[in-house]
Amino acid sequence: MNVEKDKKIKEKLGKSSVGIAGAGGLGSNAAVSLARAGVGRLVIVDFDKVEESNLNRQYYFRDQIGKNKVDALKENINRIYPFIRVDVFNEKLVKGSMDKYFHDVDVIIEALDSAEMKTAFVEEILRRLPGKPVVAASGVAGYGHSDRITTKKLGNLYMVYDGNARSSEEDVLMAPRVCLMANWEANLVLEILLSENK
Amino acid sequence: MSIIVNGRKIDFVKNETVKDLLKRVKYSFPLVVVKINDKVIPRSDFSKIVVPDNSKIDVIHMISGG
Repeated sequence: MNVEKDKKIKEKLGKSSVGIAGAGGLGSNAAVSLARAGVGRLVIVDFDKVEESNLNRQYYFRDQIGKNKVDALKENINRIYPFIRVDVFNEKLVKGSMDKYFHDVDVIIEALDSAEMKTAFVEEILRRLPGKPVVAASGVAGYGHSDRITTKKLGNLYMVYDGNARSSEEDVLMAPRVCLMANWEANLVLEILLSENK
Repeated sequence: MSIIVNGRKIDFVKNETVKDLLKRVKYSFPLVVVKINDKVIPRSDFSKIVVPDNSKIDVIHMISGG
């Protein structure tokens, strides 16, 4: 390992903050990867509770069923690294104030589930927080077809994208593809945070 | 007489608006961005702008799942 590079990256990431909208398959897995990478502060917003059906792809454990997702996720992250600051909000994001919790973070991850909410979130953030990078994902359902996933960059919006995927109503949600796209989002966040001009 | 939508060649239809085209290709999901020949089309113009012949259209849409 390149010790000097590692030290520089840790320093930079330790001072960085990432907002995550949603703590389901995308959000919980992206959050844990960013925590392991050394991001100093995470802001996580979700209103759901952990359910049995989440365990096939979300970063929760059986004994956490019934807990608020944000509390369970904070617990899991701080079991890995107790020093990471995890600010959680057990709230539902609503149209008209999607940006509410994300004004002071460096990058925002869209990790919601319905297409309608995803679109509303991205559009509102781009409009209300101009200049703030947003990383979103579309097309996570199904399995296989890893090679169809690409990154689409449109100004400050970075989309992890498979336009040929079916919606989660018509297909299945499974750990390999969900985690792949969650980590793709996390990886883009690192690219943004560590870009030379930042 | 044809246009290319997300890499797929389809028939050109005279006087077809962006909105009509999206309906024709069944992109019924809420849309993030439509580009015609690399130019972003504002959503408010979807029912006004007519798709030109031989154009290349990119539609990025949000698909449920997370």
